Amino acid sequence: MQDDVVIRVVAKVMIPAVMLFALYVQFHGDYGPGGGFQAGVIFASAFVLNAVVFGLNKGRHVWPARYNLMGICGGVLIYGLTGVGGMVLGENFLNFNVLSSDPIAGQHLGILLVEFGVGLTVAAVMVMLFFTFAGRTAHLRLLSKSDAHERKISASKKRRK
Amino acid sequence: MTAMTDQLLGQWNYYLVIILMMIGFYGVIARGNMVKKIVGLNIFQTSVFMLYISMGKVAEGSAPILTGDPTTVYSNPLPHVLILTAIVVGVSTTAVGYALIIRIQESFGTIEDDDIIAQLDDEEETA
Amino acid sequence: MAGFLVNASLIALLALIAILALRLHRLFAVVMLSGAFSLVAALQFVVLDAVDVAFTEAAVGAGISTVLALATLSLLPAEEKPHSISLVPAFLATLTGLLLAVAVTDLPDFGDAKAPIHNHVAPEYIVGSEQAIGVPNIVTSVLASYRSFDTFGETLVVFTAALAVLLIIGGYTRTPQKPKKAKRKSKGGRNAG
Repeated sequence: MQDDVVIRVVAKVMIPAVMLFALYVQFHGDYGPGGGFQAGVIFASAFVLNAVVFGLNKGRHVWPARYNLMGICGGVLIYGLTGVGGMVLGENFLNFNVLSSDPIAGQHLGILLVEFGVGLTVAAVMVMLFFTFAGRTAHLRLLSKSDAHERKISASKKRRK
Repeated sequence: MTAMTDQLLGQWNYYLVIILMMIGFYGVIARGNMVKKIVGLNIFQTSVFMLYISMGKVAEGSAPILTGDPTTVYSNPLPHVLILTAIVVGVSTTAVGYALIIRIQESFGTIEDDDIIAQLDDEEETA
Repeated sequence: MAGFLVNASLIALLALIAILALRLHRLFAVVMLSGAFSLVAALQFVVLDAVDVAFTEAAVGAGISTVLALATLSLLPAEEKPHSISLVPAFLATLTGLLLAVAVTDLPDFGDAKAPIHNHVAPEYIVGSEQAIGVPNIVTSVLASYRSFDTFGETLVVFTAALAVLLIIGGYTRTPQKPKKAKRKSKGGRNAG
């Protein structure tokens, strides 16, 4: 698909705009419709668009495999640590009032951190799902090649014996 | 009779959504192809969400975002929160379902459940 | 009257898309129609005043779900095996629908403002979102603050689904595929730090 000029140019213009819109939805979830889940999905769709238009290898270059687990676990950790922060400061788990001097500022901070954690997890999960599903044929080819290679080695060992 | 028509007119939205639910339910239990089962399950889930959201709607209400005007009537935000969670859980289940379909296709070579049952019966007979 | 027409025509369109999606044989068309179903369902949610839910349904249902289904379809046969209409499932579906319709008669009327659901916790959340939390979007304040524990559980569900998919088709094996090169043990010499 990267031979088609229109698709290539439009994708190059749209991908940063999509990521910016995802960040807008994430941090304006307090004032309008939006929040962590929607923002995570939109952010992931930018990377999926990149992989669909420019090929799976180039897509992998931009989002290496190690970011998957880092993102998924990091988001859940941020959420949990925000909750534990409430416990450390003396109140219940996930109590946001104590996170700052003023209860309302504390609630704002807590909601911001928590939604960021959710958005990070959802974005990493969606990108991981796409790359796992789309990379299955390549993985199977790799497995069958390594199987054939091992069978050749064992056959040659038997012949030498 | 007028009581029943009053009832029908008062709750028409629920009956329409139940028709949609049953279309999805038929898709899950009648079709043998696994991709169609998952598509039918998605239709079923989305119509269940519509049932809950229509329970939360208040006539002449507006979306639950504070406008600063103290006289506005808001639709109930609680079903919205529950259904948001349910949508995300639904997509997670769908993703795991598609992963299982890929593995089933690789193991059996087919995704029609009659063919898979026939293959398993053959394996039992030869084993 | 206008509300009834809009709602009923959207649901009729949804029913048409659902019936077509379940009758067609080419799986590509079925998946595309399920994406269209999610999009029209998002419109219906907007008509029912649920803007956050509509946003999520459009992004997740018409976006990610369709993309995952298409990625799966590349590994599957393209058409469904043809078969006839089955009567027992149709009878079961009709029976369940009738039972549900009888059960629904207990619910309050559609849009009734005096229903118990609107007079219990919801006014407290609407007032508290302005005074105790200071966030205009009531759904976000309920999701992230009043019902924060549920959202934590939901994030864990997404995490678990990702783990499950990685275990099923992630390609991890118990034994390594290639023999690893022997690592040099650092004894606090040049390689330490």
